[in-house]
Amino acid sequence: MHIYFAQAIPLITYIDESCLYLKEKKCRICEGACKNDAIDLHQTPEKIELKVGAVILSPGYDVFDPKVRDEYGYGRLQNVVTGMDYERLMCATGPYEGEILRASDRRHPHNVAWIQCVGSRRDTAGDNGYCSSVCCTYAQKQVILTKDHNSETPCTIFHNDVRAYGKGFETFYQRTQQLPNVRFIRSYASIVGEDPETKNVIVRYATADEGVKEEQFEMVVLSVGLNPPKDYQGLAKKFGIEVNGHGFCQIDSANPMATTRPGIFVSGAFQGPLDIPESVFTASAAGAQCGELLNSRRGRLTTERVYPPETDNTAAEPRIGVFVCHCGANISRVVDVPDTVAYVQTLPNVVHVQNQLFSCATNSMKAIVDTVKEKSLNRVVIAACSPRTLEALFRDTLQEAGINKYYLDMANIREHCSWCHAREKEAATAKAKDIVRMSVARSIKLEPLQEFDLPVNRAALVVGGGLAGMTCALSIADQGHDVYLLEKEAELGGNARRLHSTIDGKNVQADLTRLIRRIYRHPAIHVYNEAVITEATGYIGNFVTRITSERGPAVIEHGAAVIAIGAEEYKPTEYLYGQDDRVLTHLELGERLAKSDAAVTGAQGVVMIQCVGCRNQDRNYCSRVCCSHSVKNALQLKAINPEMDVVIAFRDMRTYGFNENYYREASHQGVRFIRWTPEDPPTVEAAEADDGRAVLQVAVTDSILGSKIAFDADLVVLAAAIVPSRGAQEIASLFKVPLGPDGFFQEGHVKLRPVEFATDGVFLCGMAHYPKHMPEAVNQAYGAAGRALTLLSNDIVTVSGAVCEVNEKQCMGCGACVEVCTYDAIELRKTRQGEKAVVNPVICKGDGLCNAVCPTGAIVLKHFTDLEIESQIDALLPEPIEVQ
Amino acid sequence: MENQLIAQPSDGFAQGNFGDVIVVGGGISGIQASLDLATAGFKVYLIEKGPAIGGHMAQLDKTYPTNDCSM
Repeated sequence: MHIYFAQAIPLITYIDESCLYLKEKKCRICEGACKNDAIDLHQTPEKIELKVGAVILSPGYDVFDPKVRDEYGYGRLQNVVTGMDYERLMCATGPYEGEILRASDRRHPHNVAWIQCVGSRRDTAGDNGYCSSVCCTYAQKQVILTKDHNSETPCTIFHNDVRAYGKGFETFYQRTQQLPNVRFIRSYASIVGEDPETKNVIVRYATADEGVKEEQFEMVVLSVGLNPPKDYQGLAKKFGIEVNGHGFCQIDSANPMATTRPGIFVSGAFQGPLDIPESVFTASAAGAQCGELLNSRRGRLTTERVYPPETDNTAAEPRIGVFVCHCGANISRVVDVPDTVAYVQTLPNVVHVQNQLFSCATNSMKAIVDTVKEKSLNRVVIAACSPRTLEALFRDTLQEAGINKYYLDMANIREHCSWCHAREKEAATAKAKDIVRMSVARSIKLEPLQEFDLPVNRAALVVGGGLAGMTCALSIADQGHDVYLLEKEAELGGNARRLHSTIDGKNVQADLTRLIRRIYRHPAIHVYNEAVITEATGYIGNFVTRITSERGPAVIEHGAAVIAIGAEEYKPTEYLYGQDDRVLTHLELGERLAKSDAAVTGAQGVVMIQCVGCRNQDRNYCSRVCCSHSVKNALQLKAINPEMDVVIAFRDMRTYGFNENYYREASHQGVRFIRWTPEDPPTVEAAEADDGRAVLQVAVTDSILGSKIAFDADLVVLAAAIVPSRGAQEIASLFKVPLGPDGFFQEGHVKLRPVEFATDGVFLCGMAHYPKHMPEAVNQAYGAAGRALTLLSNDIVTVSGAVCEVNEKQCMGCGACVEVCTYDAIELRKTRQGEKAVVNPVICKGDGLCNAVCPTGAIVLKHFTDLEIESQIDALLPEPIEVQ
Repeated sequence: MENQLIAQPSDGFAQGNFGDVIVVGGGISGIQASLDLATAGFKVYLIEKGPAIGGHMAQLDKTYPTNDCSM
C-alpha cells in the first residue's frame, strides 16, 4: 500500500500488484487495520466510455534505461546512478530526505562525475541517434545544486558538445563553469569498473594533452536521455496515429501539434525531446487547436465554480489559524517545526496552530478549510514558502472556507530561512519564530479587499506579421475573435520570406504563400501593413492602441495583445563581411541557393564559420538555430556537388533534438567539422589556391592537433547571430513589458508562463522571445493563441484588490508617483483643489513604487498599508534599537 | 426558444459521459492543456496511468535555468 508522494494529486492510498491478497487471496490485514472501512479489495477494472470531440496526447517521455548496455555498469556498480536517480537523491522527498548519499556506504560522495549523452547521440544498437536536448543543462543544474549541498565537492562533466542553446542557458553554463572545482572535459568517457574496497567508480577518458587516463570518482551520474513513452506502439495503434522512426509522434513540421489523424493532437515531449517551457506552450497550442475545432460548442458543457458566501469579519475579533509546513524536509530538516508550533501557540489572537507535511497538498488544504469553519477562524497564516507561487492557491483555499481571501498571510520560512541557514539550525528556528510572529502581527491588521470584475473586449491585436504573428492571428480568428494584425513592412511574412527550405526539406515559400492568402481571406482578420504604433493605453480586456498605417490612422480597441515582432539577422563586421562579396551570411546563402546562383553551385570549397556575433561579450547568448542552419545548407551544397569541399568551423555543434540526425548525415556526406575556441578564432584572408584560382583562405587552429589548418574557400558563410528586433525597446515601453538581459522580451515565468507577460492580457510568441526554428515559432504562436483564448473566451476578468489608492486630501499633485509608475497606472487630474493623482486600480500592479516616493504619504497600497507593515516591524523589534 | 431547445440536451450531456476533449497523460503538458481548455470553456477529461498527476516534473528537485522548486 502506498501514497504516491506527499504532494500527490489526488492524495489517495492505493494498493499495487504485489498485494498478497490480489496475488494469492491471502493476508487482508489492512482491512482489519483500517478504522474507516475504506479498503475494498474487490474493486475490478472498470471500462468507461467517453464521447469527446478531440483528443490531446501528452504521454510525455520515458527515461533512457542504461541497463540495456552493460558498459555503463548501471545496476551492477552501486555508485553509478542515472540523472533521474540523482534528482531524487537531491530532493527533500527523495530516498534520504535530500541528503546525497552513496548506495554502497551511505556516505556523502566527495567527488562526483557526470557522463553526458548516455543513450543519446549514438549510432549503436540500443542507443538513440538523436540528442535528448535537456541533459547538458540538467547536468549543469545538478552540479550547481551539488555545490549547494557541499561547496567542496569536486564535480567533473564529461561531454561532447555543451548544448546551451536555450534562453538563459549560456549564462547558466558559465555560472557552472565558474564554480570552484568544476571541470568540463570534452571526451567520451567509459566506465571501467569499481575499486573493490572503496566502491569508487573508475572512469577512462582521453584528453588532447594527456591522452588516455583513468580516474576514480566516488559517484558517477549517467546523464540519461529521453526515450519515447514505453508503450508508444500501443498508443499509436489505439489512437490510429503514426510514430516516427524513433518512436515519437509523427508530426508535420509546419504544425507540430497535428498528428497524422485529424482531431487528435499532440503536446509535450511526445513531439520529440522538449524541455518544460516547450511542453507548456505546446500544451496551450494543442488546446488552441481543439478550440478551433470545437469553437461552436464552447461553454456548453461547463459549469461555473461556486464559492460559499463570504462571512463579514470586519468587526470581529481576529481569530488566527497558523499552519506550519514541513515542506517534506525542506523546512523541517533545519527548522524545529514542533518547537515553532509550540511557540506560536503563545502569540496573541492565535486560536489554532498545527504543523503539516505539505501545506500545499490537497488533504492539507482541505484541513485548512475544515479548521477555519470549525474554529471560526478569520485570519490564516501559512508558514511555508514564498508567496510567489502558492499565494494564489492558499487565497483560493480561504475563499473555499468562506472568508475574504486577503485575510491570508504567508510567512516565508523556507527561502528566507531554512534554505539560506541550512547550517545554523538553532538560529534558523529562532528566525522562523520571528518570521511567524511578524506574520501573525500583520494578519491582525489585514483588511478584506474586493476584486474588480472587468468586461473583456473580444478582439485581439497581434503585433508583427511574420510566421509567428500570422499563425497566432489565424488561430485566434478561427476561434471566433476579431484580430487586428499589424506589420511594419509593406508585406507580411517577416524573416520567413528569406528562408526557402527547412532542414526536413519543406518548401517554406509555398507554405508561406498559403498562410498569407488565408490571412487576407479571413473575414475576422484585419491586416495593417506599414503600421506604426503611436500610442498603447488601457489594460487587460480593454486595450486601446492607436496606429498609423498605409490605410491611415486608426484606433483599435482590443482585449488582448500578442507581441510577435520577431528578430533580425546580425550584420557581421567580422571575417571580411561587407568588404569581400564572397563572404555571406546563411540567409544570403539560402537566397542564392534558391536562385541556383552559379557562384554557389560552382564553388569548389565552402567554409562556414559558426557563432559570428554571439556567444561573446557583446551578445552573451547562443542563437540556437545557426548550427542546424549550417548543417542544412551544407547538406544542400553536398547534394548539388558531392565533390564540393564543405567545412564547418564550430565551437560546439548544437544540433539538438532530431536535428542531430542531419549533423550525422552531413558527417557521412563528407562535410568536415573542425572546432575552434574563442581564444583563437579563425582568420579569413584573400589568397591564391594551388591551382591558381583566387580564393579566401580560412585558417583554423585545430583543437585536437593543436596546429593551424588552412582551407581554400570560394565562399565563406557566416552563421550570423540572431539579434533582437530594432523595434523591441519601443514596443516594450509602449506595452509596458520587460526585455531580458539579451534584449529579447522577458516572459512572465520561464517555465510556467512562457508565452505571457507579467502585464496581464499581453502575450508573446516567436523570435521576439528568443531565436527559434520555424516549427518552434509555430508551437509558440499557437501557444500564445491558446493562452489568449483563456482570456478572450470569458466575458469578464477579475483583477487584484491589492492596489494603490490616493487620499485626495493629502495629495498635493506633485506628480512624483506618476513618474515612477512602471505601468502608467496613475494620472494627474484637475480638481477644484488643484491637480490630484488618481490611480487606475485595474492597471495598478501594487508594486509599491508610488507610495514609497509620495512625500505626503497620500498613497496607500492596500494589503501593504503602513499599519500592516509597521505592525510587522514592531513584532520583530518590540524595543526601539539605537542606531549608531 | 431555439436556445432553450439546444440547452436542454446540452445539460444532459454535461452530466453524462460527454466531454469536449480527452487529454491523455497528466504531466506538465497534459495539466496545462487541461487547465487552458477548461478556462476557455471546454469540459475536459484528464487521463493519467499513474496514481497521481505531475509526471516527471513532480520527480525533479529544481528546474533549470532558474533553479526554482519543481513542485
